[in-house]
Order: sequence, then structure tokens, then C-alpha cells
Amino acid sequence: MVARLYRTLWRIGEVVGVVSETPRTKSLVLDVPGWEGHKAGQHVDVRLTAPDGYQTQRSYSIASAPEDERVVLTVDRLDDGEVSTYLTDVVTAGDRLELRGPIGGYFTWEEGDGGPLFLVGGGSGVVPLMAMTRHRATSGSDVPTRLLLSFRSHEEIIYREELEDLAAHDGSLEVFYTLTRARPQGWTGYHRRIDARMLEEVSWGPHESPLAFVCGPTPLVETVGTALVGLGHDPARVKTERFGATGG
Amino acid sequence: MDEQRLDGNAAAGALGEVFAFEATTAGYACDACGGTGVLGTAMVYEVRGLGTIVRCPGCDNVLVRLVQNPGRHMIDLRGTKYLQIGEISG
Ligand SMILES: Cc1cc2nc3c(=O)[nH]c(=O)nc-3n(C[C@H](O)[C@H](O)[C@H](O)COP(=O)(O)OP(=O)(O)OC[C@H]3O[C@@H](n4cnc5c(N)ncnc54)[C@H](O)[C@@H]3O)c2cc1C
Ligand SMILES: [Zn+2]
Repeated sequence: MVARLYRTLWRIGEVVGVVSETPRTKSLVLDVPGWEGHKAGQHVDVRLTAPDGYQTQRSYSIASAPEDERVVLTVDRLDDGEVSTYLTDVVTAGDRLELRGPIGGYFTWEEGDGGPLFLVGGGSGVVPLMAMTRHRATSGSDVPTRLLLSFRSHEEIIYREELEDLAAHDGSLEVFYTLTRARPQGWTGYHRRIDARMLEEVSWGPHESPLAFVCGPTPLVETVGTALVGLGHDPARVKTERFGATGG
Repeated sequence: MDEQRLDGNAAAGALGEVFAFEATTAGYACDACGGTGVLGTAMVYEVRGLGTIVRCPGCDNVLVRLVQNPGRHMIDLRGTKYLQIGEISG
């Protein structure tokens, strides 16, 4: 019953730190009194209230590992966005945010769920995948894991250094990037939108029954989800999380 | 008004306001096509601040319609043959 109340009730988290991840993306480090932990992949709903009483809410995935006592959200700024501009331009340490969660029992991964893990993300869709990757590292899991991440340009890659660092020390973790708009000189990675051929090259084959998590802008998620099933992967092992609209 | 096509999982917060169980892992049977699945895999159309529509991914039939008015919720389940809940623990 208590768990249910937490899932439903709005409560206050205090921003204790703000980290610039990329020119467009910031991580908000929150201290949420009484936080009872979460599963990697879950999200929170954040609610903003204007002085005139107008309220609006959006979902944000939890980026931090369940082992982390702080709750970290990573927010990508959309130029005409109502909530993301507030969270990235206005919010600073010491501010309070109204939120509820952790939410969602479906798009989650725990160490015991096994793998191999195939994590596909576009733009801020990497956020819940990062929670899974961090959880995997913190729990000492050696489940073979591949990430295929799509960003517009090299400078927009979120968590690049941390992922490089994790992969450098872990033979069973591989990270692949595709850059859809600009690419630096000498770039040897992919430079097109994720398609069936790329998935076939990067992923394990269906006979190895990987567990796939696909997250990002709705069009990317739908393309990837359809392509994976088309390649013969079991739909029940392809989990998706659409973030909405365009972008990525 | 913005309408976003999302996964059933995105409606977990809104569904959690009205159901005592974790709705995204609850099973459903579609009343129109007979298809079954868990709500987390259904399609969600969220009309910001006004309501949430959960559709069958197989035939687009509306499984759950949630209308949020201040202080009042309307839940329309007429497109769902049944919901199946594993374990009510929250
Ligand atoms: C389950 C879930 C988890 C999410 N987790 C994250 C997260 O970890 N980090 C994060 O940055 N975002 C995340 N999102 C997206 C987030 O909830 C908001 O949709 C996003 O921040 C835009 O809100 P806004 O108020 O700034 O823009 P709005 O004012 O709502 O929209 C501004 C414009 O951008 C378009 N738009 C709306 N949403 C998106 C989108 N996701 N991508 C591109 N264009 C969009 C709209 O159509 C509109 O034209 C998640 C969404 C879901 C459903
Ligand atoms: Zn149906």
C-alpha cells in the first residue's frame, strides 16, 4: 500500500546539483526524501505549477542506477519546449521540483533478467538505457551488452566519456554510435539513421535471443522495433519506450 | 492541442492514479479483436492534461479511456474484455 501511495502521490525533490552533459542537455541531481529506490528504466512525472495555478507535467526517465541514493534526471532542451526549457535554463541547485514515481513496471531491467542485452537509443532515449548500463556495472553483472546510440552530432552524444570509460574496463560491454547530421573528421562510426542493416550488423542474431530495449523519439522507436521483429526477434523480447514527437 | 503517440508504459502515472495495481504489467484482452497483451505494450495517446487513451496495438480499438477533470476521473473500459492482474502489491 505504501508503495502505491508513493507511486501516485506528488512529492518534493530538491535539486542538489546540475551537470551540463552536452550543449543542449543537463542532468539534474535530486535529493528526494524517503526515496525508496527504483528499477533501472523507470521514470518519474515532473509537475510544474505557474503562479496563476496552471499546471503541466512531463515524464523523465531516471538516469541513475538503483544503487545510487540520488535520483538523476537528464533533460534534453527542445527550443520550443514548455517544460524542458524550464528544467534546463531556469532550474539551479537549491530549487525544488514536484514529482511522482518511480513509475512503470514494463520498460525495466534488473540484473537477474539476464541478456544478452541490446540497448538501442536515440537522443535522450539513452537515459533509461544508461540507468540499465549503470545498474549492470554497479551490480558487477557481466551480461554481454551492446549499445547502439543515435545522435545528431558528436557534441550531442550524452554520457560519452562515462560510456567510453565503462567499455574500456569491461570486455562484455560494447558501444556503437551513429551520427545522423554532422560528423567530425575521421569519424569511422555509422552516419545514417538506424536501419535494419545496421541492426543486423550490431545486434546478436535472433537465435541468441537478446533482450532488446529501444527508446527515443517515436519514429526511431517504431522503425527499430519493426525492423528487429522483421529480422526474426521475438516481439516479447523487444521492449519499447516512445518519448514522443520528433527529434533525435 | 498536442497529441503524443507513446507506449502504454508512459501512462503508468495516470493509470496509477486510478488503479491499485501496477497497470503496465496487467494483462488485457481486446474486446474488438480478441488480442491479448500487457498494457505496457499497448499504444497510448496522451492529450496533455486532459486525458489518456490506450489503444490495442493489433486493431486500434480503444481499450481504456481516462478523462481527468479537476477532482474527478472518468474511466471507460468498454473496449476491454478483461484485465488480468498478477499480484496486487503495488
Ligand atoms: C516515459 C517517458 C520518459 C521520458 N524521458 C525523458 C528523458 O529522460 N529526458 C528527456 O529529455 N525527455 C524525456 N521524455 C520526453 C519528455 O517527457 C517531454 O516530452 C520533453 O521534455 C518535451 O517536453 P516540453 O514541455 O519541453 O516540450 P513541449 O512543449 O511539450 O513540446 C514542444 C515541441 O516539441 C515537440 N516534442 C514534444 N516531445 C518531444 C520529444 N520527446 N522529442 C522531440 N520533440 C518533442 C512537440 O510536438 C512540440 O512541437 C520522456 C517521455 C516519456 C513518455
Ligand atoms: Zn484489438
